[in-house]
Amino acid sequence: MSDLRQSVGLGELSKKVGSVLERYSRDASQLVAILQDIQAEYNWLPKEALEEVSQGLGIPLSRVFSVATFFRAFSLRPRGRHLIQVCLGTACHVRGAPRILEQMERELGIRPGEVTEDLQFSLETVNCVGACALGPVVIVDGDYHGQMTPERVKEILKKYSKGQSGNEAEVG
Amino acid sequence: MKLKSAKELEELRSRIIKERDPQKPYIAVCSGTGCHAWGCVEVTAAFTEELQREGLDGQVTVKTTGCHGFCERGPLVVIYPQGIFYQRVKPQDVPEIVSKTILQNELIDRLLYTDPSTGQKIAYEHEVPFYKRQKRLVFGSNGLIDPQSIEDYLAIGGYTALAKALFELTSEQVLEEVKRSGLRGRGGGGFPTGRKWETCRNAPGEVRYVICNCDEGDPGAYMDRSLMEGNPHLVLEGMVIGAYAIGAHEGYIYIRNEYPLAVRNAQRAIEQAEEYGLLGEDILGSGFSFRVRINRGGGAFVCGESTALMTSLEGKPGEPRAKYIHTAEKGLWNQPTNLNNVETWANVPWIILKGADWYRELGTEGSKGTKIFSLVGKVNNTGLVEVPMGMTLREIIFDIGGGIRGGRKFKAVQTGGPSGGVIPEEFLDLPVDFDELTKVGSMMGSGGMIVMDEDTCMVDIARYFLSFLEQESCGKCVPCREGIKRMREILTNICEGKGKEGDIELLERLARVVADASLCALGRTAPNPVLTTIRYFRDEYEAHIKEKRCPAKVCKALINYYVIEEKCPGCGLCVRNCPVQAITFMGKKKPVVIDHNKCIKCGTCFDVCKLGAIEVR
Repeated sequence: MSDLRQSVGLGELSKKVGSVLERYSRDASQLVAILQDIQAEYNWLPKEALEEVSQGLGIPLSRVFSVATFFRAFSLRPRGRHLIQVCLGTACHVRGAPRILEQMERELGIRPGEVTEDLQFSLETVNCVGACALGPVVIVDGDYHGQMTPERVKEILKKYSKGQSGNEAEVG
Repeated sequence: MKLKSAKELEELRSRIIKERDPQKPYIAVCSGTGCHAWGCVEVTAAFTEELQREGLDGQVTVKTTGCHGFCERGPLVVIYPQGIFYQRVKPQDVPEIVSKTILQNELIDRLLYTDPSTGQKIAYEHEVPFYKRQKRLVFGSNGLIDPQSIEDYLAIGGYTALAKALFELTSEQVLEEVKRSGLRGRGGGGFPTGRKWETCRNAPGEVRYVICNCDEGDPGAYMDRSLMEGNPHLVLEGMVIGAYAIGAHEGYIYIRNEYPLAVRNAQRAIEQAEEYGLLGEDILGSGFSFRVRINRGGGAFVCGESTALMTSLEGKPGEPRAKYIHTAEKGLWNQPTNLNNVETWANVPWIILKGADWYRELGTEGSKGTKIFSLVGKVNNTGLVEVPMGMTLREIIFDIGGGIRGGRKFKAVQTGGPSGGVIPEEFLDLPVDFDELTKVGSMMGSGGMIVMDEDTCMVDIARYFLSFLEQESCGKCVPCREGIKRMREILTNICEGKGKEGDIELLERLARVVADASLCALGRTAPNPVLTTIRYFRDEYEAHIKEKRCPAKVCKALINYYVIEEKCPGCGLCVRNCPVQAITFMGKKKPVVIDHNKCIKCGTCFDVCKLGAIEVR
């Protein structure tokens, strides 16, 4: 949290949240969309932002918090620069997704829901991304990598850790 | 330009069609999610560049279309007007396609699909066995249109059904037609759509809402995504017709957070339809108004449930409520609300256009029309298939799907997602419709069809589904929250070799309680994967519990990897790939040695060995 105070400053945060709230005319029924937009800005939901939302919409912080914790899409912790999502849908599962996940965990040294120490990678699991024909699937920063094998995990991580955007999605 | 009458719509349509030369070649590049992962973006760019280089950019069009369904063979390219079908196309193939196929009408053999059963090369899309046996009513237009172009949709007859509904039929007649068509909800429940509409229309309330459910959370199913991404206007047209029949003026499309392209294309479609006056105030000058807004989900499976979805639309955590009163009477903001799934809405324009009698001819006695299935797992031709209701599992999996991968043996097919069950080989000739699947303990669900072979462990599958449901249970009611957790714990124990006598019976008892006492369908159907695997594969459970053996060799605690010494030349490939250095190199031409204390049973050695010198026992 202290990072955020230093890097962004509360004044700017308040301004950013304010402009998102205006976009939705401060309509509390749009809470999910509001939090999505704030998360798109920061990559996660800082506590200060949730407080701003609560005040700005005139609803209790507990309600904002309950929505923010209910939905999987929201992260209440900072995420790494690259977001790795390992699909654990049924089609991916029967084609070996658990082994892909284990290899990821070994390579990165973190468990799903955690961030690497250098803040490069966040590892998450997702229950089906709708690319079932290509399973097992791994998504890095929105790019789909289909027909994954444990052997290809390292090579993919390398591509992203070099600081490239790793745009070229491909299948093995 | 806002269209003010059906006549103006027809005039616009004829103008669009007139401007298009049906003989003008165009290249359709599939840009569904599957083909994206295969690299279709680069292929499209290569075509654009090559056509420019050849000075053909004015004479040949490149069209990025929605998903064609045959995701296994992507990136897919179809060349019109002939309909030449190329698969696994790479950017390097593009110059040759342009110089040979486009300019000289010659086929390129290596890019054609080979029928594995006959070894024959197939030149045209409609002749490929995967497509040939399908009836692509709802999904078929995906390959013909650019989803971001309303003109493309109009050119193939789009919004004709809407004009017919608004100007030739009363709202009662539209309702009657849908009721008579026998259309049932494609989202899983199979509730008669017309009856739902009628309840909503007749319910007392100041306003009525119409919702399109695109929160496709069933793992293993992606037909709604592909429809919304590939043909959003078809869904939108269905919604407007439904709103007209029900008397609703406001609508929502609830799209899963994981589907950004669906959000973008649906948003675009709404804007375009509003521009042409096909959506919004006074549609086509008929006096009927209807607005649609998109809401993105937050990544919660339970929000596919209608009451949970509506609660989430109100900006609250998506927890379901008991349905003593149906949402058709009291739904969103306590007003009458009609919710249908994407595929259901996409059927509506066809019913209005061609009539209920025509529609009723497709399908079985109790289930009319077609159904899109996502045929995935251990099957050769994975992808989306649309078939008339009543086709047998065998035809879908073996004739369309091309059988099991790698010559393995079929074991079971899982339908209905986490609410469904597994269906063993003995029921392969079962005609697939809502009622038949329920009879064998599974259900239609949204149409996921995950094929499993002899290497799939049924206890592990049951554990997988329950751990999925454990995560996704909203926690509001106790039977679901606690019952699923306990069942998952028992299953985990069995998988880890800690199963006890009586575990199967305890699972069955817990299953009954969870099924009877849970609040919503998530909990009520949660035991299905467990009950069907016990019913059809009890011997596998018993092997785990009594013999501490996993017959499919999946459950880690019950297997070990061994070197077959006669086969191992000591090449060291597995030694280099082992992530935990558990394999020791013993010198050239000497078999390697696995240290079972270090081995984490990741299976890497088994995968990398090309000589089959590693075995699992």
